[in-house]
Order: sequence, then structure tokens, then C-alpha cells
Amino acid sequence: MNSLQNRRYAILGLILFIIITFAVKLFTLQITNDKWAERATSLTTNELVIQPSRGEIYDRNGRILVANTPIYDIRVIPERIHNLDTLRLLELLEISKEALDKVLDRARSRREMFNPHTLAKHVDQEDYFNISEELSDFPGFFAVRRTLRNYPDSAAALVLGNFGEINRKELNADSGSFYQLGDYVGKGGLEKSYEKLLRGVKGKQAIYVNNFNKVVGKANSTDNTEPLAGNDLISTLDAQLQAFGEKLMVNKRGSIIAIEPSTGEILALVSAPTYDPNSLVGRKRSAGYNKLSQDTLKPLFNRALNGLYRPGSIFKMVQSLIALEEGIITPQTRVKCNRGIIGCHGPHTNDDLENAIKHSCNPYFRQVMRKMVLQGKQDNQFTDLKSGVQRWHERIKRFGLHTKFTSDVPNIKRGTVPDTAFYNRWYPNATWTYSMIYSVSIGEGELQVNPLQMANLGAIIANKGWYITPHLLKKVVGGSELPADFTEKQYVGVKPKHFEVVRNAMDRVINESGGTAGRANLSHLGITVCGKTGTVQNESPIEDHSVFMCFAPKEDPKIAVAVYVENAGFGGTWAAPISALMIEKYLTREISNDFTVKRILEADFRGVHGK
Amino acid sequence: MASRKQNRIDWTTAITWLVLCLIGWITIYSAAYNADYDSIFSFNMSYGKQFIWICVSALLGGVILLTDSTLIRNASLPVYGTVVLMLILVLFIGTVRGGARSWFGIGSFGIQPSEFSKVAIALLLAHFLGEGKEPLKNIRHRLIALGILAIPAGLIMLQPDTGTVLILFAFILVMYREGLSGTPLIIGICSIIIAVMSIIVNSTKYSLPFGTTEFSGQTLLITVFLILGVVGFFMVRKLALPRSRKKFLRLTAIITLSIVGFISSVNFIINDVLKPYQRNRVYILLQLPVDDDPWADWNIKNSKTAIGNGGLLGQGYREGAITKFRFVPEQNTDFIFCTIGEEWGYIGSLTVLSLFTFLIFRLIIMAERQRSVFSRIFGYSVACILFMHVFINIGMVIGLAPVIGIPLPFFSYGGSSMMAFTVMLFIFIKLDSDRLIGLR
Repeated sequence: MNSLQNRRYAILGLILFIIITFAVKLFTLQITNDKWAERATSLTTNELVIQPSRGEIYDRNGRILVANTPIYDIRVIPERIHNLDTLRLLELLEISKEALDKVLDRARSRREMFNPHTLAKHVDQEDYFNISEELSDFPGFFAVRRTLRNYPDSAAALVLGNFGEINRKELNADSGSFYQLGDYVGKGGLEKSYEKLLRGVKGKQAIYVNNFNKVVGKANSTDNTEPLAGNDLISTLDAQLQAFGEKLMVNKRGSIIAIEPSTGEILALVSAPTYDPNSLVGRKRSAGYNKLSQDTLKPLFNRALNGLYRPGSIFKMVQSLIALEEGIITPQTRVKCNRGIIGCHGPHTNDDLENAIKHSCNPYFRQVMRKMVLQGKQDNQFTDLKSGVQRWHERIKRFGLHTKFTSDVPNIKRGTVPDTAFYNRWYPNATWTYSMIYSVSIGEGELQVNPLQMANLGAIIANKGWYITPHLLKKVVGGSELPADFTEKQYVGVKPKHFEVVRNAMDRVINESGGTAGRANLSHLGITVCGKTGTVQNESPIEDHSVFMCFAPKEDPKIAVAVYVENAGFGGTWAAPISALMIEKYLTREISNDFTVKRILEADFRGVHGK
Repeated sequence: MASRKQNRIDWTTAITWLVLCLIGWITIYSAAYNADYDSIFSFNMSYGKQFIWICVSALLGGVILLTDSTLIRNASLPVYGTVVLMLILVLFIGTVRGGARSWFGIGSFGIQPSEFSKVAIALLLAHFLGEGKEPLKNIRHRLIALGILAIPAGLIMLQPDTGTVLILFAFILVMYREGLSGTPLIIGICSIIIAVMSIIVNSTKYSLPFGTTEFSGQTLLITVFLILGVVGFFMVRKLALPRSRKKFLRLTAIITLSIVGFISSVNFIINDVLKPYQRNRVYILLQLPVDDDPWADWNIKNSKTAIGNGGLLGQGYREGAITKFRFVPEQNTDFIFCTIGEEWGYIGSLTVLSLFTFLIFRLIIMAERQRSVFSRIFGYSVACILFMHVFINIGMVIGLAPVIGIPLPFFSYGGSSMMAFTVMLFIFIKLDSDRLIGLR
């Protein structure tokens, strides 16, 4: 019996051993290991993001371009559904039985039962008012307010950009981790350029959640912050001018750009064909986007910024200015209009500079450029030409050509002005002579510019030698100053006196008989328009592009305009009157000549015409 | 004389019981708190009901203290018979709760006969073993003792309620004290160790440093034990005395073969005998990955989180976020210890653990001072059953035992377990108070 009595110690020992093991395990769980306490915090607290309201965009006169509009998502928490009258609900929300079943099926699991699931997206304010009262008869169903964009003028789609759900690529590029999946972000245009100003600052609220992910209360946290609304922006655009320009370009391909020369502010930026920005909002967005991206006329392509064209005769302005500055010619220099090497138009034989511009004399500028690039500064003719071309290239660049503006206008094409290296690549063995490259002298050949650069050229001539980088942002309401790029003058390195000759010639192009752009004449309104036609040659039988660059009034320029109409023919016929209408609209706020408007509205150049 | 008899009631044990019940009660109030029913006496909430159960149990305890010890002893067989009858009946007319047909429902209340089977077995086992001079020395005794255990165990298995059956293994400790050889205990512990090893090595594949053939952990483990067996065989031949050599050789062979056989069957048991959720619980305990259910360890992780969140001093009464926000399942009943751990911290959980240890040790000491074998065996039964509950329940919530749904005595919400434990405890207090008179 004695040995059996001792067995009590074995039993007590076993129990003690296990209890001590538990005490040690509890010690590691509660005292030494922080992991569990941290997990407790992460399980029970969550951060609720409070979306700030996005800044709106106004035009230069205070007219709203991009507004916020409330919409509603209808959501359901399956666990709270009860006595569901399915038929009545489907009728009320105008959704299919399948759509409802799909949501409810997905929510079958225990945890999902307690989460909100979206049943109908983008119910607009009006529909919401109609259903909101009845919706309260359905326990578990409720509406959540969100914000969409809306464009009262339906204009300036490509300038303003749009606002859509963030995609994977944008999310990966978001180094500051501002966005979450499902957030909306500016896409293209000002919405994208000024995303950081418009979006504001998200608010944070710590909340307690229970095991079913249901919010059970607000938590105090030092991280709690109120959301900060985004800044409203005032754009440089003139909404009326923009809308008018878009109207003029209906049924045409091309672009209109208007700039205020003294500030570099873009007054209108039209790319045709365009589209209604409201067609990319809300639930219409993906269908609308698909339709636009499949359109053969490419309405999503911003021709004003990304369309590259040869500048044509307008380039002769730049050539004249550089040549005058270099001292190669004087206003009195005459060149025989020898049409053997290069063709010309109109009755003239031996023009001085002004007349050469007015008549757009090709041999004149071929000869001027030859003098510019072959100055005999080096003995070897080849190296002399190469250094001459390089010098010419550098001068041209200062006019904003072959330059990518550091602007708020996204994705501007740089364009091309050939330099020595370019020709060395272009021609085998880097052997080339002036006779091989002279077509650039009259704005043809390998030159490529975009319409914005042409409008900017108008501003340079209007300002007699400087420009401010063209931009779309006039003011950030309650925000910082404009970037220095938008206020600093860029000088082109040509003395103001040389501009007088060019400006007079551009005056005569319009206001003197025999000029190429009589249709741009606004002298009956007391406005002197200076301009230059261009006709960008296309390979026969495709019709040329009609181009016009101008500014007005001559004495105190308020607006510079460049118009491109693709495949419309001679510059004076279409681009010039469109420019004049834009100037008239901007300066007088009305149109005196309805006949011209009617003529332009009726013109249709969407097809590619033969000559 | 009469007054001295009265005084022999062990008030320390009774007060410990009361303290445990009260702590349990206020913990249930915290765990199940509902703002609509603010009072701890809201009788439609579990905390209000638990108060009734404590009162009823106290009343039962009082009645037991007033009865005669002889009566208790003589009631052994009838009580056992009644419980067995109820266990049979419940299989036919019982209601299902938590997957087991284990309840007699009476309105919103119900009783669970399996909870009372522990008292019944303890009584009859004590009664039977208390009679013989040298209990458990002969095979007939052992078989009858086994029978007393096996009948209710089998019936409970049919419900099925694996957890309660597991508790009945506590009686092996009791019988060990009463002379059962220690071999079953040692074999049991060794089996668990080998099974755990086998499950762990089986979860990965192995290959030899040379060659590309992969083989399972099971094969590896069998090979190791076969080699050990062969080594043992040669060592016995070299070292054992000639006269006992044959016996040792036979023993070595038997051990080696049973180990190998056991390892081979572990896979079968895990995959085919256990239900998938039981297998997952074993895997979670051993921290092995569970493939088919990513949420399998959610509850036990949350339970550990709640306890870990308590820290040293706890989050404060009714301030435990994990338990307050319902991250832990069965907070009133099986996982009640989480609320203690989270709200009262290490200090609180250690206090509760100490109270239980104190009670169990006190019961064993009391059992050892009995003159009557009946009382001693019954005392050991109470201590060992309490210990088994504490071991499995607290072990489960802190991740040292698999998830097995059994209540924490005096803490978990529920009338049946509260009454059964109280009755069991007070019977022993009564027996102890009469230890100097009569009963032999």
C-alpha cells in the first residue's frame, strides 16, 4: 500500500508540470510577445478614408467648365434584408433579377453577409429623388453618395481631360500611396496635370470594427484628420471662345489655338473632331471610351498638341527674322523670282522683303537661307554648310520650335527642326549639300511643328521678340503662385525693329489688295489683323492642309491665333476666315458676319479630298 | 459531538468554489454584455441565467451537505443506472446542439446528461473499487472497472461528443492511484509523442543527399525505428544476462513492431478516422498548414490574440476589444478564459489558474486523508476530472491543446455543467466531513 500512496506525488507532479507549462505559455502570449497585442489592434481598428471634394475648374471669366455632381450608389447589406419584395425592388431600381442574384450569391459567406455590396452604380440625383423614399421600405438597402464630374458647356473635352477609376498602372506609379483601388483619378488634360491640386487631402477616421467587419464605433486616434477639399482652378480658357471654335470646326479635322500674347495664356484650344466630355462620365464611361477609341477620325487624338505638320509658308516669317538679325539681308534686299529651281505663285519678279512675304515668294527665301547657312566662315564648303545649318537650327529653336514646352498642357509633341546631326543621319556618308536640303527654307521638307507652336509664333511676332510658355492655368484658388515658367519671358534673340518689317508685311497680306488672306480682314470693325497663310503641301492627289497664323489688333495685340484645317486646300480660303471669326468673337464678343459663319459651318472636310 | 461533525465541513473548498463561480459570473456578464439588458440580473441574458444556475447549484450543494453519506454511497448504482438510461434516451428524443444529439430540451432550458455521467461514473467506480481489498489486482476487477467507464463513454460517443469522452480518460489517473499499472499511462504518453512526430515529419517529403528518389516522412520514421530495433536487438544479445536474454529479445521485438505498426496507422487515423475538421484542429495545434480551409485557424488565432492583448494588467473590465467585438467564438462557454486573459491580463489569468490549481491540490490532499477507500477514489475522481477540464479548456484557448469543446468548470455559462460540477464537489465535501465516522 505504501508504494501506492507515493503515487500521489506522481499525479501531483504531472498536474504541476502542466500548470507551470500553461503559466509559461501565458507569459509568452501576454508579456514577452508583442505580436498578439499588435494583431489585436489591427483586427479591431480600421481606418476609414473620408474622400475630399475635388476642386472645380472655371474659365477666365468665372464660368464653370468642370463641376461636381452628386450621384448615388445603391448598396445592400445582405444580413439586414428581410421580407424582400423582389419584384418591386427590381422595378424600383431598374435592374435585372440576374444582377440582384449575382450580388446576393457573392455575399453568401458569413463574413460577406455583413459587408455592403454595390447593387446599382451611378444613379443620378433626379432618379435618386424618385426612389429614395420607396427605398426605405427595403431593409438592408441604402444609397451612398459619391461625386462625379459634369461639364455644363460640353466643351473642351481634350483640354479638361476626364475623371475615372484608377487603373493598375496608375496605382503602381503612385509613389506617395495616395490612392486605393477603386479611387478616381484625373485622366488626361487639366484633370491629370493638376491632379495633385484638384484632389485635395483625404481625411482619416479610425474606427472600431467587429468580427463581421461591421463598424461599431469611432475611435480616438492621433491619426484622425479632417479631409481638405481640393483647390478650385481658374483656367486661361475663354469658354465662349472655346465653344465657338469647336462649333466652327464641326465636320472638319484640324485645330484652332488662340493665345493671349502678353501672358502666354491659351484662350482656346480646339482639336477637331472633338466629343462631349459628358459622354465619358459615370456608367457611360467605358462604352463611350470604346466608341471614341474606335472612331476612324480619332477624336481622342489632340491634333492641336500632337498633330505634327510642316509649317509651310508661315515659316518664312522666322526665316526673315533670323536673316535680318544675322545681317544677311536688309528690308530692302531684293531677290529675283527665278522659278527654275523652285516654283512660285502670283505676278511678281523682283520683290523686296515685305513684298516677298506678302507674295510668299519661294525663290526669295531659298536664296536667303542659302546666304544664311553658307556664310563662307570656313574654307571647306561642306564644313561651312554644316556649321551654318547648326547655327540656323539653334536660332530657330529659340522661337519655341523643336522645343517641348514645360507647360501644363500634357504630352505636347516636340516637333523637328533639322540640325547638322539630323542631316548626317539622314543622308548616307553624311554628305549633303544645300541643294539637297533647301526645301526647309520655305517651311517644307523635314520640318515638323505642331499647331500650338504656330500660335506661339504669332504671339512672338505680336510681342516683337518674346513669348511666355503657353499654358492653361490662370490661377489656383486659395493656392500657390503660378510656376515661374508661366510668367517668365522667353526672348527669341531678334531685335524688336526687325519685327516691324514682318508685321507690316503680315498687315499687307490681309489688308492690301493682292494679299493672300483678304478673308481675314476685319478693318470694317476697326481691327487691324496681321497674318500669314500657309498651305501645307500634301502628295497629290491628297488635298493640301489649309493653315493660317495671325494676331490682332496690330497696335496692341490681344490675341494670336493659329488654325489648321486638314485637307481643306488653300490657307486663305478656310483657315483665314476661321481665324478672323475667332478674333472678332474674342475682341467684340459677337459676330457681325453671319454669312461667313454659315459658309464655314456648312463646309465638310472629314473625307480626304482630291485636289 | 454534533457540532464537531458540522465543523468538519471544509469551508476553504466551499469558498474557493464560490469565488470561482462569482468570477465566472461577472466574466460572462462582460463577455455577453448587451446594452439593451444592462443589469447583471437580466434573466433573459446568459449572465442573468447563470446567476440562477449558481443559486440552484448552491441549493443542491446545501441539500447534499444535509444528506447522509451512506445514502450517497448507496445511491451509486441507481444514479449510474439513471444516467445510463438518460444517455440512451437522449439518442432518440434529444435535441442536437453543436452537432451532437446531447440535450433534453425543456423550454428554453435544457439539460445535458453527459455532464452528469462524470458524477455517476465516479460514484459507481468508487463504490465498486472501494469494496475489494486489493482493487485492480485481478483481471476481473479491471474488466468491470473498464465496463463502468465504457458503457457511458460508448453512449456519449454515439451522440457524438468526443470532448466529454476525452475527459473520461481522467479516470485512468484515478485508477493509477488505486493500483493500476503505470504502463497504460506511459504507453499513452509515448503514443502521443510518436503520433505528433509522425504527423510533423509526414507533412514534408525527404530525399537522400544522393539520388533523386523522394520518400515520405512516414517511411523515414519507420526506417529510423527499425534501425533502432536492430541496434537494440544486438545490444540485448551482448549485454543482457543469459537467463533474461530471451525475455528482453521478445520485448524488443514487440516494442519495435508495435511502434512501426502504430506509425503506419497514424496516416490512416488522421485521414480516414478523424473528420476533416478534427484533422485540421490537430494540424493547427501543431502549426502545420491547413490546405482546404484558409479560415481554419481564425478562431484559435483570435483567441490567442485576445489573451495576448491583455498584457500584464489587462485592458480593464468590459474593455477587451477582441472579446467585446466578438472576434472569439463561444465567448460565454468554451472560450470564456479569453475574456479573463484580455480584461485582467497576466495577473488575472494567473489568478484563475492558481485558484484552479489550489482547488485541485486541495482535493487531492483531502482525498489522501480519507479513511474510506470509497471517499478517496471519489475525491481523486473529482480532482482529476476538474484537472482534465482545466487542462483541455485552457490548453485549447492558449494553443497548447486541440480545439475541443468542453466547458471551463464553474466559469462557462451553462446549467448542466454548473450543477454537475457543484454536485460532484459538494458530494466530496460531504464525504470528507464524515471521514471520521462510519464509512469504511
